[in-house]
Amino acid sequence: MSTPAPPYGPSRRGERILIGLAVGLTVLFIAAPLAFIFVRAFSQGWQVYAANILHPATLHAIWLTTITAIIVVPLNVAFGIAAAWAVAKHRFPGRGILVTMIEIPFSISPIIAGICYLLLYGRQGLLGPWLQANDLQVMFALPGIVLVTMFVTAPFVAREVLPLMQAQGTEQEQAAVTLGANGWQVFRRVTLPNIKWALLYGAVLCTARAVGEFGGVSVVSGNIRGQTNTLPLHVELLFNDLNAVGAFAAASTLTLIAIVALVVKALLEGRKAA
Amino acid sequence: MTAVATNTGAPVRAKRVLPGFTLSLGTTLLYMTFIVLIPVIALILKGAEIGPARFWAIVSSPRAVAAFQITLTAAVIATVFNALYGLLMAWVLVRYEFPGKRVLDALMDVPFALPTAVAGLSLTALFSANGWFGPVLAALGVEVVYTIWGIALAMAFTSVPFVVRTVQPVLEDMDPALEQAAVTLGARPWTIFTRVVFPAILPAWLAGCTTAFARSLGEFGAIVFIAGNLPFRTEIAALLAYIRLEEFDYNGAAAIALVLLAFALVLLLISNLLQFWASRYREAGR
Repeated sequence: MSTPAPPYGPSRRGERILIGLAVGLTVLFIAAPLAFIFVRAFSQGWQVYAANILHPATLHAIWLTTITAIIVVPLNVAFGIAAAWAVAKHRFPGRGILVTMIEIPFSISPIIAGICYLLLYGRQGLLGPWLQANDLQVMFALPGIVLVTMFVTAPFVAREVLPLMQAQGTEQEQAAVTLGANGWQVFRRVTLPNIKWALLYGAVLCTARAVGEFGGVSVVSGNIRGQTNTLPLHVELLFNDLNAVGAFAAASTLTLIAIVALVVKALLEGRKAA
Repeated sequence: MTAVATNTGAPVRAKRVLPGFTLSLGTTLLYMTFIVLIPVIALILKGAEIGPARFWAIVSSPRAVAAFQITLTAAVIATVFNALYGLLMAWVLVRYEFPGKRVLDALMDVPFALPTAVAGLSLTALFSANGWFGPVLAALGVEVVYTIWGIALAMAFTSVPFVVRTVQPVLEDMDPALEQAAVTLGARPWTIFTRVVFPAILPAWLAGCTTAFARSLGEFGAIVFIAGNLPFRTEIAALLAYIRLEEFDYNGAAAIALVLLAFALVLLLISNLLQFWASRYREAGR
């Protein structure tokens, strides 16, 4: 039985007022900022928009952000699967603590994450002297951007896959083991088909987050123009340069990625549970 | 050959049948240690190195105190708004059928999917003098951009899904029989809401508000665009830590970051306790 309309409730008029209020507030508060990005980005026409996107600095920022996501997302997927497999399919002391630990990056402000990394790998940081002696550059370079993005996105895949694996139990896997399957076969033939939509969903959310990370990357990247400027940092730079239309053009690419993520989410929502 | 005997005397405990335990747990712990734990420890060590007296001096300096006050005040305003708006959205999305409902539901995820810098950019332009809302509000005498209201607005935008998405599933799972019983007993709609529905969703609602509040305290990307970032007026704590870093004052940055970290962890604890309470409530309500 799907949620039946309750036999009471505010009158039809009351219901209409509540729906109207909800729609009105959401249009003003959420839909308007979303629409405004494209309105501003295209406010001087297609040609200016194209020129803004094809500007070398913007292209470089897109490139850097893409590279970061290409490195971070697969690592995060591997971590998410490993964490979910360990926690959902086995019992061991400290499981609850591990689950909470995985969620911690959600509660920590990305700015704090950035500061943590700077204090570890920066010139005055704990590992700073050693890194310098070995001529390794982590801060103000791609490794730092990748590491802080890994911190910020750590829980994304695990938290989608873990509850599903837990709900599915271990019976199917145990049957496969009894029938003589090895670990890799069990995972590929039994577990993976069961979790693939949740996994894809987690990966999409992780990509959206990795691409949009601002605070943490802002601390560790050093904002070197044309070198360590990711796309969100480039948006800020253009905004500070008073190039609003350029900033909105760059922002529109990020918004498109966000919209794609939401559409994929809507498409997967039904399948995830199945 | 001797292994056969193990099942006799030892207490019966589910044996590990599934492979890959060491590999998966090892990978998880390694990732967590290097990506999360060691960097956080680096911050805590830095805090210890500063020493209590200097730590206190940094944290209680007038500019830091002002930043904390501004951050807390704006986060309270944002959370109060989200508590009401989020509750309304959860209620409308669960209880009513109307055209466009799926779009409205999808829009609730926009603040999570949209990069915070993009949100900040758009809100700033929207509420400034040549945006859509700025002129209307200016006519009413309300200034949003470069004021604490702008900070609260950015915080509210980035954290509203926490409230909606925590309350929604609880409302969906509620047993209709409870409300039907109340109707049978002659309760009026408002009484049913306050006496039956609201107590059932209260733990989840509070948990969602706590998470939204925590997120607001740590928000940065959306706020730096709209705040104007004037010390003592519109400078938030996260930004002050950032400025200290740019001045190479690592002690100052670390001390402020540690205070924010402590806030975040305490709020995480409260939210987890509330979620635990909520899950017990849900099981009892079935």
